[in-house]
Amino acid sequence: MTEDTLFELLHSEVVHYALQNDERSNQDEDLSIIEYIGFSVGYRIIERLTKDMSRFKDELDTMKFICTDFWSAVYKKQIDNLRTNHQGVYVLQDNSFRFLTKISNGKQYLEAASKYVAFTCGVIRGSLSNLNISCLVTAEVQNMPSCKFHIQVQRT
Amino acid sequence: MSRSSTKFDMKKVQNSELVTLTYGALVAQMIKDMDTTEDVNKQLERLGYNMGIRLIEDFLAKTGSGRCLDLKDTADKIQTAFKMYLGVQPNVANWSAAGDEFSFILDTNPLTDLVEIPEDLKNLKYCNLICGAIRGALEMVQLEVQSWIVQDQLKGDQNTEIRVKFIRRLEDAMPAGED
Repeated sequence: MTEDTLFELLHSEVVHYALQNDERSNQDEDLSIIEYIGFSVGYRIIERLTKDMSRFKDELDTMKFICTDFWSAVYKKQIDNLRTNHQGVYVLQDNSFRFLTKISNGKQYLEAASKYVAFTCGVIRGSLSNLNISCLVTAEVQNMPSCKFHIQVQRT
Repeated sequence: MSRSSTKFDMKKVQNSELVTLTYGALVAQMIKDMDTTEDVNKQLERLGYNMGIRLIEDFLAKTGSGRCLDLKDTADKIQTAFKMYLGVQPNVANWSAAGDEFSFILDTNPLTDLVEIPEDLKNLKYCNLICGAIRGALEMVQLEVQSWIVQDQLKGDQNTEIRVKFIRRLEDAMPAGED
């Protein structure tokens, strides 16, 4: 699919822009810009994806939607594995994450991987936030191109 | 409505909207980061350029198209590229008498779906990304062009018009001492 290329290029430009623009601050700051851009995208896209759907039963139902329909809309495949402790922690595993498949598989670029998953952390957080689930999302990359997203739901 | 019936809609939603939304979020961020709209415009063009120099590879690989015979040919190919990547087919029009300048006229622009420009950002060239992409892509095939926006739907014009001007053919520059 050709439009996919456009999105991938745009994504790498987002990363590039956020990082070049920042000599003054540390790396955490950089990633927060990417994460925030992802957040805005997620917050908006979920509205458009779910506008004709019935209400989700519960939190788990929402997560399942994120793993299947949402993920295939954005990342062309479903999440390979969803785990939860039923206490607000969810782990989503994607064995071939779209933004990492274009990067060499070895250990060499493992450190750079965090730049390319920050956007998606934001997308997940934004989507869930619009569905009234506030959470923390972190990503973990151990072996490229697979990636685990940890979602920690915050209850007050 | 059952969930499965929305699947088809989703496929449609994803492609263009994902790009539109991401681009929108990025532009918003840039406006926050930079002092003048002029800087944002420049940065957007730069960004488009970076995308263009990579996009051309993808385009050539997918279409397998060969050399262009003249600028008309080039214009047609860019038109195809619009169709491929943005899903819209612009018209090629307004050729200059010398045949070195032309315009793409877009009736609809997926990049600007869902976008409104507030009053205080009237100078923002939201679609500068496209101009940059055209410049970047053509530079990789040895054509130096200038590209700018003439009309913009976001500013109330009927169409979006993107002007392209041929500057020169680039020659392969040999590294010094390699004759």
